[in-house]
Amino acid sequence: MSVDHKAMHKTVSNVVSNPLHNPPHNTMHRTAMSLRNLTVTFAAKSGNASYTAVKDTTLDIADGEFVSVVGPTGCGKSTLLNIAAGLLRASAGEVTVLGEPLSGINTRAGYMFQAESLMPWRSARDNVMAGLQFRGIARMDAIKRAEEWLERVGLAGFGARYPHQLSGGMRKRVALAQMLILDPKIMLMDEPFSALDVQTRQLMENELLALWETDKKSVLFITHDLEEAISLSDRVIVLSAGPATHPIGEFIIDLPRPRDVAEIRMTPRFLELHEQIWSAMKQEVLKGYQQTRNKLVA
Amino acid sequence: MKKIPLWIWQILLLVALFAAWHILTVPGLAPNFFFDNNDKAAFFFGEPLRIFTAIWIWFVDGEIYPHLWVTLQETVLAFVIGTLCGLGVGLWLGLAPLASAIADPYIKAANAMPRVILAPIFMVWFGLGIWSKVALGVTLVFFIVFFNVYQGVKEVSPVVLNNARMLGASKAQLLRYVYLPSATSWVFSSLHTSVGMAFVGAVVGEYLGSAKGVGYLIHQAEGTFDINTVFAGILVLTVFALLLDYVVTFAENRLLRWRPGQSETERI
Ligand SMILES: Nc1ncnc2c1ncn2[C@@H]1O[C@H](COP(=O)(O)OP(=O)(O)OP(=O)(O)O)[C@@H](O)[C@H]1O
Ligand SMILES: [Mg+2]
Repeated sequence: MSVDHKAMHKTVSNVVSNPLHNPPHNTMHRTAMSLRNLTVTFAAKSGNASYTAVKDTTLDIADGEFVSVVGPTGCGKSTLLNIAAGLLRASAGEVTVLGEPLSGINTRAGYMFQAESLMPWRSARDNVMAGLQFRGIARMDAIKRAEEWLERVGLAGFGARYPHQLSGGMRKRVALAQMLILDPKIMLMDEPFSALDVQTRQLMENELLALWETDKKSVLFITHDLEEAISLSDRVIVLSAGPATHPIGEFIIDLPRPRDVAEIRMTPRFLELHEQIWSAMKQEVLKGYQQTRNKLVA
Repeated sequence: MKKIPLWIWQILLLVALFAAWHILTVPGLAPNFFFDNNDKAAFFFGEPLRIFTAIWIWFVDGEIYPHLWVTLQETVLAFVIGTLCGLGVGLWLGLAPLASAIADPYIKAANAMPRVILAPIFMVWFGLGIWSKVALGVTLVFFIVFFNVYQGVKEVSPVVLNNARMLGASKAQLLRYVYLPSATSWVFSSLHTSVGMAFVGAVVGEYLGSAKGVGYLIHQAEGTFDINTVFAGILVLTVFALLLDYVVTFAENRLLRWRPGQSETERI
């Protein structure tokens, strides 16, 4: 345990002494999105005391960078993402997107939600083309592009199905196409692949990496799966357990690209990183679990 | 037992009911155990054969069609107007918390009031033609649709809503592409009730005062103690209501295909 502690402290102090961490790619200098000193306190409501989910959290994503956030359940990952999307206002702190302070919805970002987000009254194809429709793009054109995207996420021929006629994993892929068809500069993804089986999941992860590598989007990716985080990212950020969640460790993933998510898991460097990050996380996961349980008992 | 389909049993039940009715009412067929006079059962309950004859004559002579047409018009108009008003007001109040808080007690009061007593007032306002019946039907339909739409707007999934906003939907587009479809699905779930209410409004309105419509026919026959015609009118109305319900089911199946819970698997 004490060894774990030391390793963790080292990482944290590393980050603190070097707040503008080295970007993993030399070509990147601009910041795509920056969350500065965010604190989120949910107001007290009908018997519940007010709850500070996130406290004084700072997080930068460089242009074209793939950042993953891992942390115990209920620590405030989705909350952070909602703030980055402009759907939730932080109690304190500010968000800048491509150099401009964010007010209202983050129009440069696409968001893949953790919960079901498709419109149940629209077929898969109509869901995928929704964003284009909102932008006033001609219907025929929109349909054509939606069909293309359905094919890219492996759902060719499923366009006429309604969400309830698709499997959970298929719905996630529709949601992915729905986001990507708008070609967002920043992608916010909240545990997008946790509903998929291992094989499909690796396919989708590779597809996501391929897309990301061609378009150089910036990604803020939330997951509870450390292996997924490491195999995809340039950087992994570990959050503490709630309340008052804040980053407790930041790890640069220096694995070579392009990567194959299945193969990269076998490499020694991967295992080394996994070990390092996991030792930083372990206590927080246990703490988070304990707290959730206590909450339920209380 | 298993081989006989359900509908045969249903038809048999219907035939049995009419047979019992026939035997118990036609003078002299069954011994009197309740009435002291042979003709009294027929006087109070009518005779199926005469009822069917009355219906037959209505349809063959064509006397019934204008009346049915008027009743249908009233029903459809009451349904359409009531639904549109309910949809509009429901959307509005569902999206405006302050307005809905202010209006809340009045809506509850208006809904609690037995609206059939408004019929005489509507007669004064709109005359004896179809519009007083339409108005009565509208007051009945409106509240059903209104409450459903209101509920529907409140229960739009916040994630779906946020997703649409992230996809770039403006306020107007949210209304049109998220709130409206969600609310209409609730309207459709109350379709059977609201069509039924429109029909009730039309018939009750006709019964209370009019010059046309099936309700009027029944009222006329009642005035002359022609119980067979009263029953004939009731039977025609029942079949008419069943047909309306069938149309509604058809529309519902077409329009709510996206709804989960009606999944069907195929037996191989
Ligand atoms: N609207 C709200 N009002 C009050 N508390 C909230 C609200 N939304 C979230 N919380 C609380 O904030 C904390 C963080 O929630 P959040 O959804 O961000 O967790 P998470 O890290 O995404 O968890 P998971 O990994 O399970 O998805 C939780 O304890 C939750 O109870
Ligand atoms: Mg979450």
